[in-house]
Amino acid sequence: MTTIDKAPTVQSQRAGTGTRGTRILGTLTIVSMVWLIAFGLGFSPADRDQQEAVRIMYVHVPTIWIAYLAFVVTAVASGFYLFKKSLGWDRLAGASAEVGTVFVALTLIVGALWGRLTWGVFWQWDARLTTTALLFVTYVGYLAVRRLGGTHEQRARRSAVIGLLAVLLIPLVHWSVRLWRSLHQEATVLDPDGDIDMDGLMLFSLFVGVIAFTLFYVWLMLHRTRVMAMEDMMEDRGLDEALASRRREAAMPDSEEN
Amino acid sequence: MVIFAFALDADSVLERVAPGLVWLATMFSLLVLVQRAFAIETDDGALDAMRVAGLDPRAIYFGKAMALAVELLILEVVLLFTAVILYRQTIPLDGVALLVLTLLTATCGLAFVGTLYGGLASGFKGRETLLPLLTLPAVAPVLIGATRAVESALGTAGAVVSDGWPWVGLLAVFAVAFGVGGSLAFGPLIDE
Amino acid sequence: MEDAGFIIGSYVLTFATLALMSWRVLRSGRRLADQIPDEDKYWL
Repeated sequence: MTTIDKAPTVQSQRAGTGTRGTRILGTLTIVSMVWLIAFGLGFSPADRDQQEAVRIMYVHVPTIWIAYLAFVVTAVASGFYLFKKSLGWDRLAGASAEVGTVFVALTLIVGALWGRLTWGVFWQWDARLTTTALLFVTYVGYLAVRRLGGTHEQRARRSAVIGLLAVLLIPLVHWSVRLWRSLHQEATVLDPDGDIDMDGLMLFSLFVGVIAFTLFYVWLMLHRTRVMAMEDMMEDRGLDEALASRRREAAMPDSEEN
Repeated sequence: MVIFAFALDADSVLERVAPGLVWLATMFSLLVLVQRAFAIETDDGALDAMRVAGLDPRAIYFGKAMALAVELLILEVVLLFTAVILYRQTIPLDGVALLVLTLLTATCGLAFVGTLYGGLASGFKGRETLLPLLTLPAVAPVLIGATRAVESALGTAGAVVSDGWPWVGLLAVFAVAFGVGGSLAFGPLIDE
Repeated sequence: MEDAGFIIGSYVLTFATLALMSWRVLRSGRRLADQIPDEDKYWL
């Protein structure tokens, strides 16, 4: 940072959505991700039952953790929006749902790879898997609702309601799928976490993974909500200009029909 | 229902999956019915007119849901009798109570979900894709629950009637949850 | 050997997704920041 010779205004414009805080957070994220790779792929031992395949766990578990965290944040932020009517909460809910949806998709794909190694198949109609797949579709729907258009307030209210309905829906989906699978019990043991004998280094690697992904989530949230705020401003500005030109047209005597 | 028979070309398969096919057909009909119901409303602005007339959105919601439920119920009964005839199902006497309760609770659940998301999606360009996207994951519990319960009621694949009752419980909770949630959410969703 | 491919593959996939998300948000942030006056940026 010693070679900067530009004027401060130019520098702040170049910074985009970054601040000192996000840069520190970003550096911490990268460092912890490097740690995660080192521990996950290098230092942690192979599992007794799963052998090397257990290494997938160190990215799989943090991924689904972030997905759940993101959806909880979406629901809480949706609730706060309905009470406070501040668009900041709406943007937080939307940004969080985007991240959560991507992470659920990632969870499903990586989980399928892991399932292939440990169970021998890519997919099982297991309660947890099925709920996760439906969770993904539910939040794709939520994101589609956010794109319906209208004013920011309309978008915010609609998506807040959908965000809260999703919270109502998820337990029902989980309950039904659990009941369904328990009646049709299969021979396979489907609980992958239960039969892993976790030693200290494995737990530590997993812990590093969760920390790294959480840092990443916070970092991404800060940037994404700022970008969304700017997108909203751009839309407002476009709307203002359209209104202004409409008024100019209306003020002119020879364009009354318009 | 006849087309399903072409896709699943074996009598024994058809007999086993008949309840599931009934509900699958119902669910897709739900999408069509909801879309048509709200397309008519938005075309002549009836929804806005009712709002302007000072009608409680909850009243509109329950009214529309009930209308939809009646349509669905008629459809389900027809489908069920088709299944009995075409797919050689039998309705044992002790399963009748379970069957009726399943039909009622499942239909209420479907109608509440359909009305809620139909009201939201109505008037937007992408509603043909948005509606299934929102509705299908939401009615997945109904599809699972209603299929199992009807299987028990009809005794499909050796299912017994007592297995069906937990499913009716699930369907009832679903219907109540979406009835309450929907009536609260419907106002803010269409009020624009 | 199939195991190694799956394990490496899942790591690559995960981190590539994270990198892509970061890159996209930073890029759109830079692009939009040029068009928005600084006094509207609440984070500065």
